[in-house]
Amino acid sequence: MLIFAAILISFIVIKLTGLDGKLGFLSTLFIVSTLLIFIQQWRLRDKAAAKDSLLSSFALLGMIMTVIPIVSIVYTVVIKGYKGIHFGMFINDMSLNSVNDPIKDGGLLHALVGTIIMVGGALVISFPIGVLTALYLTEIRGKLSRPIKFLVQAMSGVPSIVAGLFILSSLVYPVTKSLSGMMGSFALSILMIPTIARTSEEMLRLIPQELREAGVALGGTQWRTVAGVILPAARSGLVTAIILGMARIIGETAPLLLVSGGGDSLNFNPTSGAMGSLPYYIWKSFLTGGTEEAFARAWGGLLVLLAFIFILFGLARFISGRKGN
Amino acid sequence: MNTPNLVIPPPREITTRPRRSDQIFRGVVTVGGMASLVILGLIALFLSVKGIHILREERFDFISGSKWEVITDDSGSIAESSFGIGAMLVGTLLCAIIAIAIGVPIAVLSALYLTFYAKGAVKNFLVSLVDLMAAFPSLLYGFWAFFIFMSSAEYWAKLLNKYFGFIPFFEVPAPIFERSPFIAGLVLAIMIIPIVTSISREIFDQTPLDRIQAAYALGASKLAMIRAVVIPFGRGGVIGGAMLGLGRAMGETVAVYTVLNVVYQINWQVLFGAGGNVASLILLKFGEAGPYEVDALMAAGLILFLLTLFVNAVADVLINRFGSKGR
Repeated sequence: MLIFAAILISFIVIKLTGLDGKLGFLSTLFIVSTLLIFIQQWRLRDKAAAKDSLLSSFALLGMIMTVIPIVSIVYTVVIKGYKGIHFGMFINDMSLNSVNDPIKDGGLLHALVGTIIMVGGALVISFPIGVLTALYLTEIRGKLSRPIKFLVQAMSGVPSIVAGLFILSSLVYPVTKSLSGMMGSFALSILMIPTIARTSEEMLRLIPQELREAGVALGGTQWRTVAGVILPAARSGLVTAIILGMARIIGETAPLLLVSGGGDSLNFNPTSGAMGSLPYYIWKSFLTGGTEEAFARAWGGLLVLLAFIFILFGLARFISGRKGN
Repeated sequence: MNTPNLVIPPPREITTRPRRSDQIFRGVVTVGGMASLVILGLIALFLSVKGIHILREERFDFISGSKWEVITDDSGSIAESSFGIGAMLVGTLLCAIIAIAIGVPIAVLSALYLTFYAKGAVKNFLVSLVDLMAAFPSLLYGFWAFFIFMSSAEYWAKLLNKYFGFIPFFEVPAPIFERSPFIAGLVLAIMIIPIVTSISREIFDQTPLDRIQAAYALGASKLAMIRAVVIPFGRGGVIGGAMLGLGRAMGETVAVYTVLNVVYQINWQVLFGAGGNVASLILLKFGEAGPYEVDALMAAGLILFLLTLFVNAVADVLINRFGSKGR
């Protein structure tokens, strides 16, 4: 009833003032309906209730403004991306094609392979380090717990481009002198370690204290308790940590632009030669292309990337939900 | 009766010293736990090693100067160079502050909505949606903003300029509204909203239930309860979350590079389409930089690293001082 009145009044206001467009209508609608609810609450109840209704309107507005971009992003990527998807893209690379070729030629196989290799490499490096950090925080609880917790937090705030510069200055220039997929893995693992460490710390904290006490009471040393009781109990939590870590880095672009070389052909060897990646493929298609085909290619790549993130996220939800409930 | 010789065993030492296996275990875990310390230390060390001679040459000008040029002579060796990231630092702060000013109020409101208004399945769905959004790569935000968001943002910028143009901040020297720091700030705001929302929501969730119920029992409306209980309890944590968002906004590379028209000049007029930030400078100059200029970029990276480290430290102190009271 009230909402119909609000819509009606907004229509009239728009017709009278010339505030056209969807945005104008929606903001007028919001203001009018907020005012109407405010007046109604004041009449029916009192001033406090009326003010209360203001807060709920604004909280809802905040939520809507938070959700609009994500809806718009997903919608855009799906609508623009599906034109760039075809079967051939999963079996071809770009070694013989330029980004401006017709969309049917070439593909992103090299990018997929590169991303999988680099993310896998980063995982191999980050998982032990992240879990050890989490174990230090939950099992040993040494004097340094507080500072370590802060440092993990600080590490998650390291700008991705700084991670790339660090690998350049510490490994590429002094040691290998060439860009390769492995350098990409190292740079990504700097961004991945904090995510894995924090998620697995949370997961280890969920293990009931009684399990630890039971392990020790059965005569287990701390090592046996952790290896035989705690870690198996936290297995699904650790898998969740891995998945969230992968979701965090799979779309990282800036460090890969600096250190992975960015190749256009299939390369299975992470230790030598430029290695392509999904973000680099998208980046290159957008920036060096300029034709319809190049943009379609890039949106197609973004759709694949988004699909990966959705799958990883759904998997994490599924695994942690199955145990939790 | 003869008591047999009682052999009194020597008192056994009771000790809490862990066994050898545990000592090894604890050693390994402790070493692994130090990794974050070591890595952060190494980042600072290596960037300093590469960049320190630039900093020494330029001294304070590196921070305050706003020139970035390398002049080579005919043989290709460097004749003259001057590096200063002042313009880019201004751009970094400008974009980040716009992002905070717009993003944090929205994020706090939606956190309030999620904590105190949303219920059941809707709440679960919205919480996952916000978490998912926090995991979106900046590449996605950047291109979406460039192709979709730019036109509406440009329209808002024009409106601001039309009605508030008398404020020097909103003036423009030429009517170019595309790719301005204002739009980059809006995009950064969209990027930090999920982060700030989820931190604020966690903090609000920790508000002691007895205090909430006490407020209701005294006849408080939701607004009065939130003002009297939730806000005082969560203020520090929310500010900490905002600082985390600030850190993220300052270090953002790809999204800013895509959206912003990176021009090397100090630009206070947020609606005008020119600006930059330190991270996008590094990405822009890296492709064409010679070895000497790369060192200067390393120095710029060092400054950016220290800046974000500082912001994160402040955020951490605030979140922990106020946030974990209820735990």
